[in-house]
Amino acid sequence: MSDFFAMGGYAWYVWGSYGVTFLCLAIEIVVLLKREAKA
Amino acid sequence: MRWFWYASPQTFFPLAGRIAVGCGMAAAVLGLAGLYIGFFVAPTDAQQGEAYRIIFIHVPAAWMSMFIYLVMAFWAALGLALNTRLSGMMASALAPTGALFTFIALWTGALWGRPTWGTYWVWGDARLMSELILLFLYFGFMALHAAIEDPRRADRAAAVLALVGVVNIPIIYYSVQWWNTLHQGASVSLTRAPTMAATMLAGMLTMALAFWMYSIAAAMLRVRGIIRERGAT
Repeated sequence: MSDFFAMGGYAWYVWGSYGVTFLCLAIEIVVLLKREAKA
Repeated sequence: MRWFWYASPQTFFPLAGRIAVGCGMAAAVLGLAGLYIGFFVAPTDAQQGEAYRIIFIHVPAAWMSMFIYLVMAFWAALGLALNTRLSGMMASALAPTGALFTFIALWTGALWGRPTWGTYWVWGDARLMSELILLFLYFGFMALHAAIEDPRRADRAAAVLALVGVVNIPIIYYSVQWWNTLHQGASVSLTRAPTMAATMLAGMLTMALAFWMYSIAAAMLRVRGIIRERGAT
């Protein structure tokens, strides 16, 4: 399991990429759903 | 299909909602499948180790950044040519999602560049610069639209900007052939066999489909907001 998260020493690069991507998408989804719910 | 029936914002509004729900669910399923293939099925790369797994978001995000721009420019052109209200709304609905994928392509590219090229960023590199210009084109489109009060006039002004910026898309795409750049050439092309393992390709294409579905869902939700805020329901 910890091997998986270590990503062969590339953890910062791999998880930094995936983390920021999902954060971006999550923020967009929340913003859009809030706008949708306001109506 | 009664195309012109749906060209009116108030008839398109409920359809956009249904498309958003369907594509949103498809995006979630495809995204999970793509992540599973990307992390658990695709093997470790012989040269890059695990760092290459960034490819499963970097390449699909870069594709989307360019493709969304083309679709946005298409709606912009349609709006200028036919003066249809929905066209400008569609272009405005696509811009933020396009900018988001452009940012993701740049960000993941930087984090991939460090372990493979030894640097996060190179000023003056043709591929990196043209993709950065794409981000500024999206920002310019949104800023110009926001700066003009009358939405119909804003649609037209922003549409002209979007159309001028289209010239940047082939520059991004062919930059790796036209100039010396650190960036590698295309791994996937319609005319050649792909130069990567089948499972890696499957993971990448599944993620690309997920991003497609996500983009459609996001644009549909946003266009609903725009239609409502412009009082066109």
